[in-house]
Amino acid sequence: MTDWIAAARAVGSDVAARHAEDVDRQARFPKESLAALKERKLLGILIPERDGGPGAGIADVVSVCHVLGQYCAATAMIYAMHQIQVSCIVRHGGDSSWHRAFAKRLVDEQLLLASATSEAGVGGDVRSSVCAVEEKGGRFSLAKQATVISYGADSDGILVTARRTPQSPASDQVIVVVPKSGASLEALQGWDTLGMRGTCSNGYHLKAEGEMAQVIPKSYADVSAQTMLPTSHLVWSALWLGIATDAVARARAFVRAEARKKPGVMPPGAVRLAEATSQLQLMKSNVVAALRRYEAALGSEDSLSALPFAIAMNSLKTASSQMAVQIVGQALLVAGLAAYRNDTPFSLGRHLRDAHSAALMVNNDRILANTAQLVLALRDDPELLA
Amino acid sequence: MSSSARDRVRTLLKTTGWLQTDIDTLGNDADLYVAGLTSHATVTLMLALEETFDVEFPDSLLRRRTFSSVDAIVEALAEIGVNTEAV
Repeated sequence: MTDWIAAARAVGSDVAARHAEDVDRQARFPKESLAALKERKLLGILIPERDGGPGAGIADVVSVCHVLGQYCAATAMIYAMHQIQVSCIVRHGGDSSWHRAFAKRLVDEQLLLASATSEAGVGGDVRSSVCAVEEKGGRFSLAKQATVISYGADSDGILVTARRTPQSPASDQVIVVVPKSGASLEALQGWDTLGMRGTCSNGYHLKAEGEMAQVIPKSYADVSAQTMLPTSHLVWSALWLGIATDAVARARAFVRAEARKKPGVMPPGAVRLAEATSQLQLMKSNVVAALRRYEAALGSEDSLSALPFAIAMNSLKTASSQMAVQIVGQALLVAGLAAYRNDTPFSLGRHLRDAHSAALMVNNDRILANTAQLVLALRDDPELLA
Repeated sequence: MSSSARDRVRTLLKTTGWLQTDIDTLGNDADLYVAGLTSHATVTLMLALEETFDVEFPDSLLRRRTFSSVDAIVEALAEIGVNTEAV
């Protein structure tokens, strides 16, 4: 276990787990967990050594998300979304002195980054923007009706997508790093949801201004395909796996307690527990295989922007999001009423509600439609180990 | 006179609604993504090219860069055996 995973485990069990119920009940930002993550310097781990960070890799971040997901899914989701933004800066800020200086701040000040990709008027398509970067004398301004900025109010900076210029088509986007000092947020709608209540994914009218140097040099199409999309699907899948892992752990604890009461008699939930364990193994293998695939592609822009890779990452998301719900559902059946109740050590209500967000955040139907388009061009892959 | 592959690619881009800028105003090296080509339309463009030139793009060419300009498309077509001078 790396130090980061040990630290995440400590934050999860000592802090996140303790406040998870209250965060969920009140739909409030998990401030205690985030403070603990900052204290243990887990927010800046992706920053390379040349910019003062420890230079962790995607596998480390994916592992931390998996750990946190076992204690408080909202905390894990916030951490995951933050690291998606950090990845974009680390991988595409390039040698821009502005982005390198900001990366250093991410380590020194343990800044928390949010994302403003969704927008009113584009029908949920994050690869289209209405708002545009308006340049004047080396400075920019932009205004966005952001339908969702998760933990926007508690973040220290926001990555915002927008059209490259006011004349650009909707699909020609860039992504801009906006420290909180350069942004104003006017709340539009609140976040009273079934699950993932602690992410506080409110809608805002966002106004931002700053230097043109804050715009990430690469087009958002490339940033999205090569980094944002695969990283999102990996870190999300990992935390959903974390939810499922804890659900199965609770079900197992229930069955074991039953078995202890009547030695030699197979508890009624045991067979279903075996089934849930097998599903969990399948889900875990899928996440790990996709992680290895991403790591193998990392060195090559061509591999990262190739169709088979995009299809693999899309498929990881749609599969993991469905499996998380199935596995928690199985665990619920294993422990029965003890899991259905909200006041036992085996309660799974929050797990189930949180897991249901997975298919909706970037709706699976949208992703499947995108994959359907891509598979038209996909060639056969007849090898087992290519 | 038979048209070159370059002309046929330009005709294809003109007659479909994939670009938001008129192809006649764009050079052969102009970035088609800046002109409004979406990722979604790229796949449709690839299928139309396969139909027009009776070819199949191999996996190695299925990436964004292949379709980033008229020149890039023609270069890719040449790579998979299309006579790009005249057809």
